[in-house]
Amino acid sequence: MKSKSPHPPVTKVLTGIEGFDEITDGGLPRARSTLVIGGPGCGKTVFALQSLVNGAHRAKEAGIFVAFEESTAQIIANAATFGWDLPALIKKKLFFMDAQLSPDVVKSGEFDLVGMLAMIRAKATELQATRIVFDGIDVLLGLLDDPVAERRELYRIRDWLIETGLTGIITQKAAALEGSHRYNYLQFMVDCVVVLRHQVIDGSAFRNLRVMKYRGSGFAADEFPITLTADGLRLTNRGPTELTYDVTDERISSGLPRLDHMLHGGYHRGSNVLISGAPGTAKSTLAGLFADAACTRGERTLYVSFDEGPAQIVRNLRSVGIQLAPHQKSGLLKLYSTRTRGPNVEDQFGELRAQVRTHRPTCLVIDPLSALSTKMAHLASADAAQQFLDFLKAEGITVVNTSLMDGLSTDEATATGISTIADTWIHLSYVVQDGERNRALTIVKSRGTGHSNQVRELKLADDGVTLADVFVAQGKVLMGVARWEWEQDERATKKRAQVAAELKRLQLQLSQAEAAARLQVIKTEMEARTAEIEVLALATGTASRLVATDREVLRTMRHADDEVAVAKNAAGKKVASIDRGRAV
Amino acid sequence: MGKVIKKKRKKPAPALVLRLYVAGNAPNSVRAITNARAICDEHYPARYVLEIVDLIEHPDTAMADGIIVTPTLLKLQPQPVRRVVGNLDDTAQVLLTLVAT
Repeated sequence: MKSKSPHPPVTKVLTGIEGFDEITDGGLPRARSTLVIGGPGCGKTVFALQSLVNGAHRAKEAGIFVAFEESTAQIIANAATFGWDLPALIKKKLFFMDAQLSPDVVKSGEFDLVGMLAMIRAKATELQATRIVFDGIDVLLGLLDDPVAERRELYRIRDWLIETGLTGIITQKAAALEGSHRYNYLQFMVDCVVVLRHQVIDGSAFRNLRVMKYRGSGFAADEFPITLTADGLRLTNRGPTELTYDVTDERISSGLPRLDHMLHGGYHRGSNVLISGAPGTAKSTLAGLFADAACTRGERTLYVSFDEGPAQIVRNLRSVGIQLAPHQKSGLLKLYSTRTRGPNVEDQFGELRAQVRTHRPTCLVIDPLSALSTKMAHLASADAAQQFLDFLKAEGITVVNTSLMDGLSTDEATATGISTIADTWIHLSYVVQDGERNRALTIVKSRGTGHSNQVRELKLADDGVTLADVFVAQGKVLMGVARWEWEQDERATKKRAQVAAELKRLQLQLSQAEAAARLQVIKTEMEARTAEIEVLALATGTASRLVATDREVLRTMRHADDEVAVAKNAAGKKVASIDRGRAV
Repeated sequence: MGKVIKKKRKKPAPALVLRLYVAGNAPNSVRAITNARAICDEHYPARYVLEIVDLIEHPDTAMADGIIVTPTLLKLQPQPVRRVVGNLDDTAQVLLTLVAT
């Protein structure tokens, strides 16, 4: 094999583990050793066995599984939960070797794996195997009770792998790794180290996978959440990278006409609607309205609830005028109630998937999604939710989720986690003021549609649910009685303003009249003056004409011919000046 | 203490049949052969059968016998079958197993 040359290019073997082959850019190093470390229950055995099984199924490569920790019968029985069809493979492609030392074996002095490797080599030749797993070898080597001997045997396995050209996976318990430096050399010895980690958050188990080293190859060094599915282990956030859904512009009613209006026509069909809010903000009521509207349109609807039985939901919704019972009777509506604290988030999503497949709804309510998402702070759960919602989207199902959330910013992880998957996000909150609690509705976001930015008050009554405008006065949002008072006040203020305006109008009319009267007085006075002036001008003009005439008469009488022109001019000037005076 | 038991049982002891699985001339295997012979010669002179099987030549037999590590000593007779793993340096452990029922 190529691997015998000093610096061979790293060739790889696909594990078929979804996501793992991507982060390692092709799987495990061929003809080399890979160490899988992890605590109990991390999925080391599953990881190793799965890559063996996938190799047999897909690459037609035979493999050997050497079980040190459990009996092979146990391992095969455990693996039966996965759809791997082990019995068929065992006949041709897989060999399970029991390498569990029985408890009554006595140890006397040192032993080694020379014989075992010889046996395996014989078997490998017979099967033409290319892959091998040493599962839980620490159990056997621990018996040596001698670090030097242990190390020697592990090096023996490594060299043997290189020599035989088999691709090996060695699993090792992490407990051996922690605390002591005894096993640190393992990581230096092998070509690839995969660390599996198991942690418990709020009573729920999570598994992570991290590639710690990979000689001669790049890899994604992050810790990735893993989940166990019906097909085995997979890296959860490595879902389909391409999102291809059919989208539609069709709108369907939220069940609340004013909300439809705020959303410019309702929810998009096939979209994901999130209704978040504090406890008691009527999230379920909005979800119920949606379900009712869907069934009324004749659509099959599934209502999934956690911690509340179907009968209770129906009763509660009836109290606000939403009748679900007839839809239940007609078979359109199915109420499915389950417990939140299930064993595992993925299991619950599996259950829901099964429900969806049997009822075939076009509208779905999950009330509340946060029942599942209390664990969503962890990526694995968020991914499981994401996958489920992707599945629903691919099916074209319109989903209304409710989510328990006290504020928009209190829980960033949940908020962002849910936000990214929600197409429309409606938030309900309480506004507490003046000794009252009122419900406020806002649309946080709505993809692909305009929407109102207004806060509305959500009012629940026996006869139904309504949305009312909210007033803002003096920087305060007014709701409930405060709003009513404000409305009353507003009305009174308006009335006062009307009266005041009327009064003002009258006052103005009065002063206008006064002004008009004054104007009349002045006008009359003006006329009088004009008349006076005319009289005066008339009088003055007659007098000067008389003077001129007199002088003419006088000259004629004296025969003063040469002075006539001068005198005439002087007389003309006098007349002109009098004319000017009149005109002014 | 082991020796006391051994002496009591020495006379009525039936024939001892042993099978020792070794792996070629790996150091532990070579040492086990030496140790096994020495123990038998000392404690069961001329009353034992020691079969030495080289696993590298007979992997199928070894697998049928459920051998995992080498060297492994099988006590076939007297019943019940018992096994000791290791190079048999710890004589006391070996003897305890041989007399164990």
